[in-house]
Amino acid sequence: MRTILHIIRKEFLQLKRDPKMFAIVLIAPVIQLIFLGYAVNTDVEKVPTVIFDQNRTVSSRDLLQKFSGNRYFEFVDQVDNYNDFQSLIESGEAWLGIVIPYDFEKSIERNETTELQAIFDGSDGNKASIIAGYLQKLITDYSVELLDLKMKKYGKFQTPISTVEPEIRAWYNPELETRVYMVPGIVGLLLSVITLILTSLAIVKERELGTLEQIIVTPIKPTQLIIGKLIPFAILGFVAVTVVLIAMTFIFDLPPRGSTPLLLTSTLLYTLSTLGLGLFVSTISKTQQQAMMLAIFVVLLPMIFLSGFAFPIENMPQVIQGITYAIPLRYFMTIIRGIILKGIGVSELWFELSMLLAMGVFVLILSSLRFRKRMD
Amino acid sequence: MLFRIKAIAKKEIKQLLRDKRMMFVLFFFPVFLLVIFGYAVNYDVQNVRLAVLDNDKTSLSREFVNGISSSSYFKIVETYNRNQRTKEILDNGIAKGVLIIPKYFSREIYKAKETVKIQFLLDGVDGNSALIIQNYSNAAVQTFNKKLLSEAYAKAGIKNNYPVDLVPRYWFNPNLETTVYLIPGLIALILIVTVVITVSLSLVREKERGTIEQINVSSLTEIELIIGKLIPYVIISFLSSAMVLAASFVLFSVVVKGSYLLLFFTIFLFLIASTALGIFISVVSDSQQVAFSIATFASMLPATILSGFIFPIESMPVIIQISTNITPARYFIVALRDIIIKGVGLSAFWEQWVYLLIFAFFFLAASTIINKKKILEA
Repeated sequence: MRTILHIIRKEFLQLKRDPKMFAIVLIAPVIQLIFLGYAVNTDVEKVPTVIFDQNRTVSSRDLLQKFSGNRYFEFVDQVDNYNDFQSLIESGEAWLGIVIPYDFEKSIERNETTELQAIFDGSDGNKASIIAGYLQKLITDYSVELLDLKMKKYGKFQTPISTVEPEIRAWYNPELETRVYMVPGIVGLLLSVITLILTSLAIVKERELGTLEQIIVTPIKPTQLIIGKLIPFAILGFVAVTVVLIAMTFIFDLPPRGSTPLLLTSTLLYTLSTLGLGLFVSTISKTQQQAMMLAIFVVLLPMIFLSGFAFPIENMPQVIQGITYAIPLRYFMTIIRGIILKGIGVSELWFELSMLLAMGVFVLILSSLRFRKRMD
Repeated sequence: MLFRIKAIAKKEIKQLLRDKRMMFVLFFFPVFLLVIFGYAVNYDVQNVRLAVLDNDKTSLSREFVNGISSSSYFKIVETYNRNQRTKEILDNGIAKGVLIIPKYFSREIYKAKETVKIQFLLDGVDGNSALIIQNYSNAAVQTFNKKLLSEAYAKAGIKNNYPVDLVPRYWFNPNLETTVYLIPGLIALILIVTVVITVSLSLVREKERGTIEQINVSSLTEIELIIGKLIPYVIISFLSSAMVLAASFVLFSVVVKGSYLLLFFTIFLFLIASTALGIFISVVSDSQQVAFSIATFASMLPATILSGFIFPIESMPVIIQISTNITPARYFIVALRDIIIKGVGLSAFWEQWVYLLIFAFFFLAASTIINKKKILEA
């Protein structure tokens, strides 16, 4: 036991000797958090739109009025030929182009259906489909308005039937702010970076410098060494998470709705897995450079993409969804978002919590065994 | 001069080839990431799990629910009767949305007095998906309304067509596949991380080991050293990029619509800019661990979050938009998207080339200045 404490002290002393490391480890997460919280925004508004009005009548101008009143669209230009229309979209100055056909007004008066062409810059498919949604609503509302007016003109009767209006409310995140989704996820992300990469690096550094060999000849047992080496990084991870949570509460106004002790316990459970993985990476790397490359490309990046951090798991193909069950970060993401945003607790999250515990223990034991083998 | 550069390059290549694990990572993993990325990453929201609470239970309300379930937008996973269950469903994530039809739905519609309100409650945690689901809900209701209206008019014998139909066309990416939009960003990420980390580490390692002193006393100039060290990494980066593009073509049918020559030059400029950043990091770091931490945070995270890779720069607050200039990936991605997705020529993105060069010069100059200062101090 005392041996372990000594090793822990030694690790912290080594870290202190390198203040740059400390700064990076503690301050960088907060800075990143601030950036991420504000930078990240997939909300679509003020879409630059170019208009090609081939009709130029009261009716077409009426339609255009609907756009200028709408906060989702912003007119960039009104052109009178197709070439200009095309080049504005190709250059990216306009994301959306609307063509009002030359017989727009006549069609409406004759009770015919007229076609309004909308050209979207489809490069960003996600953005394009969101814009399409807004546009569709605008046009539909306009059509219903026209129908209503016609009915009143007939004077004979009112619209024979009522229409349905959806009242849409988003729970947990009423303003649908993207950062509400992202910021809690960043806790998981930064924790992974710190506990996984720093751990593997610290161990491999000793191997590189040769000091690991020296430790092997001492009577220190491998288990003690492992525990002693991992605990400092667990503590660092905890500190980082706490700092991030405080930043989230006061800078982003996102205090955890659920239980903070549960949150910290989950952090501990998750750290078991990342420390284990860091340990594992250290056993298969000879140099720090290798460890870093492996940690980033083989472990971290796939984990980020498959954990639900930026891309929702529901949208992935079934096969890939199956694979995500093997990724500890996936469960941690659900837990973090659940506690911070939904305010749920153990009764809803028991599955994720048990999986984290099981995986953490499993990975740690496996890596420790491998580490011990290599030390003998 | 060329002779000395070749000598350094050969030494770097030999060191690199000896490191089998690095080779593995540098060659295999870009494609591995692409695969994960391409298949996993998808903003297309389909088959949204929906739960329905139908308080009306008439043929009209059932028609409405059927209309929703038959579209590919929603998948009805549960119909329930107690209102208390609503919170359970959303809290536990059983469904992403809940549709609540009020008790006198059918009656109110035929009364024709006011619009009839129905409730859609969404899990708003994932704001982006929730936004899309919101659009789907609107679209589903409007489809139903359209049907209601035309049936009613037809019965009343009035010819009243729906006045305006929207005909959408999606340029550059007709099927709105999200993958193709993300590929340039993926290439940028892989390249910048590889180059910045390996360059900074390689130089710092020589500093740590003291071999840099040996180089200092040789007749090698700084520029020759840098160029020589870079050549292997540049070659590998090109090979990596080629592999990612080839894999994207095979797996996701991504075709480079524009000029390969422009693509080549753009990548080359980007590599120069990334290298400059790597050199700068090596100059300000004393140990490999420090170099690595700075390199990671300076390359990977900005390239993922600030470069326009996933999150559009236009949607960011102005202050953040300015800060996106710390990563050359930002310019690279714009140019790459123009070439690959839109197929346009240099006139559309020549500014990005200029920015990349400015970036490179800035960091190389900064490195030289700081390096000289450090040597003077020592």
